[in-house]
Amino acid sequence: MLKILKYSFYDLMRSRWSYVYFAFYLVLGIVLLFLNSDLSKAVISLMNVIIILVPLIGTVFGVMYYYNSKEFTELLLAQPLKRSTIFLGQYLGVALSLSMSLILGLGIPFIFYGLMKSNVIWDFSLLLITGTFLTFIFTALAFNIALSNENRIKGFGYAILLWLFLAVIYDGLFLMSLILFEDYPLDRLSLIGSMLNPIDLSRTLILLKLDISALLGYTGAVFKRFFGTNFGLLISFVILLLWVVLPVLRIVFKAKRKDF
Amino acid sequence: MSKLRKIFMACLCVYSYAIVAQSIDVCSTCEFSSIKDGIKNAKALDTIMVQKGTYNEYGIVIDKPLTIIGKDDPIIDGGRKGEILTIESDDVTIDGFFIKNVGISYTEDFAALRVRKSKNFVIQNLVLENLFFGIYIEKSSHGKIYHNKVVGDAVEEHNSGNGIHLWYSHHIDIEYNSLEGVRDGIYLEFSDDNVIKNNSSSKNLRYGLHFMFSNDDIYQQNVFEDNGAGVAVMFSKNIQMINNHFRENWGSASYGLLLKEITDAEIIDNIFDRNTIGISLEGSNRIDYKNNTFMNNGWAIKVRGACYTNRFINNNFLYNSFDIAYNSRINDNIFDQNYWSNYTGYDLDKDGIGDVPYRPVKLFSYIVNRTPETIVLLRSLFIDIIDFSEKVSPVFTPDNLVDENPLMKKRE
Repeated sequence: MLKILKYSFYDLMRSRWSYVYFAFYLVLGIVLLFLNSDLSKAVISLMNVIIILVPLIGTVFGVMYYYNSKEFTELLLAQPLKRSTIFLGQYLGVALSLSMSLILGLGIPFIFYGLMKSNVIWDFSLLLITGTFLTFIFTALAFNIALSNENRIKGFGYAILLWLFLAVIYDGLFLMSLILFEDYPLDRLSLIGSMLNPIDLSRTLILLKLDISALLGYTGAVFKRFFGTNFGLLISFVILLLWVVLPVLRIVFKAKRKDF
Repeated sequence: MSKLRKIFMACLCVYSYAIVAQSIDVCSTCEFSSIKDGIKNAKALDTIMVQKGTYNEYGIVIDKPLTIIGKDDPIIDGGRKGEILTIESDDVTIDGFFIKNVGISYTEDFAALRVRKSKNFVIQNLVLENLFFGIYIEKSSHGKIYHNKVVGDAVEEHNSGNGIHLWYSHHIDIEYNSLEGVRDGIYLEFSDDNVIKNNSSSKNLRYGLHFMFSNDDIYQQNVFEDNGAGVAVMFSKNIQMINNHFRENWGSASYGLLLKEITDAEIIDNIFDRNTIGISLEGSNRIDYKNNTFMNNGWAIKVRGACYTNRFINNNFLYNSFDIAYNSRINDNIFDQNYWSNYTGYDLDKDGIGDVPYRPVKLFSYIVNRTPETIVLLRSLFIDIIDFSEKVSPVFTPDNLVDENPLMKKRE
């Protein structure tokens, strides 16, 4: 598996897209730092970008990579290798190279800016950790979609739809249900609702570190009590981890049974 | 003419008294070993010098014009038995004591120092600890309360008292005091024409400063930090709030400044920094908000209803999660020439004023007002989209609530 991971990883490292992705984050980091000289404000702006773009790029890139390397995959399948090894190797290759672009691209400008001495380093690390989680989650989901759809156009369509659903539509439905049931106590519902969607969960985690003043408003207290404690943080990370593990298991399961 | 004459008479009086006034020492080895003894044997306008030491006394009543000075901070320990000092005469000065252990009662408001129906008192350089009420001014006027330090250990609102408490008291200067850990740092009820200046009020259970039915008061250059709520102004008229600092009043129902049924006030040059709600206003009319800075608050201003003809001019709104929350569809408040860090317009004619009006009320803040739990969706992409569409064509928020002339640059 390591060998395949290595191949995929080097293959991607050589590809133009990784560089574009890396350069994008590098430029973004630099621009944000120069535009609003305040480090914690830059972290907030970055959060907006990360929770929207990272999932999008993860899905599109995952699907694209799978379809592009299909011939190579078929070649590998002819070799005496376990299927799970092949697909997991490819998956990890994509996810790792994307995460690396993200971490390096954002990390370098911030380190040069003097992040190490600043007290937002924990906020920033949390940002990178959730960003990495989101990359792993959405790449895994993309591989699932690609494995289930032979038709490229359909695959891309589903991938974009998935992103759209989790990034936008889910929040819309969530908002509607909160307003619809406003006569009932909603603490629990809102807590559960935001735990179920990895994008919402990441957003809440980062927000609680950044502008808790508003969140402390009403229900905010419930949130603070939950996410603010170590137990809540642990649960959140366990859920993010589940979001990685379950799709990966499905990749393995699906790959074993698929007819190539 | 009559004023001059008054001054002359006053001088004459002081002069004639000065001849007979004398100084009395109180210490453990002196002729008078307790403050009570000292007061009993003093004549009007005498000075009592209390030497260093601990005096276990309570219920000390000062019923004649005296100057009582503590040398090297003598301690008066009330032993939790009741009220410690009571002033019942005009022209009393108390200076330099460490007063502790006031009695706690559910039926009587025991204070470390009470001033009852007196004029021209001066209370300064006191340190109060383990108290119920700190300095309680009752139906008195023309006093000065300078440079005192009140450190309480209040845990619950119902069995704690206020740091400085004014009741039916007028023309009192409260300056350079530091108040912490009590119920309300400074409390005014039916008290007019007072000046509250350069105080610091922090970590209080309820409010840093609290007005009830008190008119024509001024408070300026105070710092209110980490209280249940910074300042509450209720049912009062003509209050001037100038140059204060409201910081980190942080919690599920915390405000920097709470206005309730206030009219004709001025709020100028204040800084609101990191409060859950900067200003919450309810039933407040004809108030001028000028040159204030609101930064990093959850809500900079929350308008709860029945607020008319308020003018918000030349303020800075910097990085608040919500600039304005507004829960009604009718607006006749004026927003003009403020700087909004969330403003995204342009300035083609370079006159420093944005060419596109700014709408400070977002749809999301309207939704959060209705269903508070929706706050979980703060900064989600979906919310940005609906905010944008509301900005383009306002449906839920009052369409005349705009700043027609938003500033392009932060006002310094």
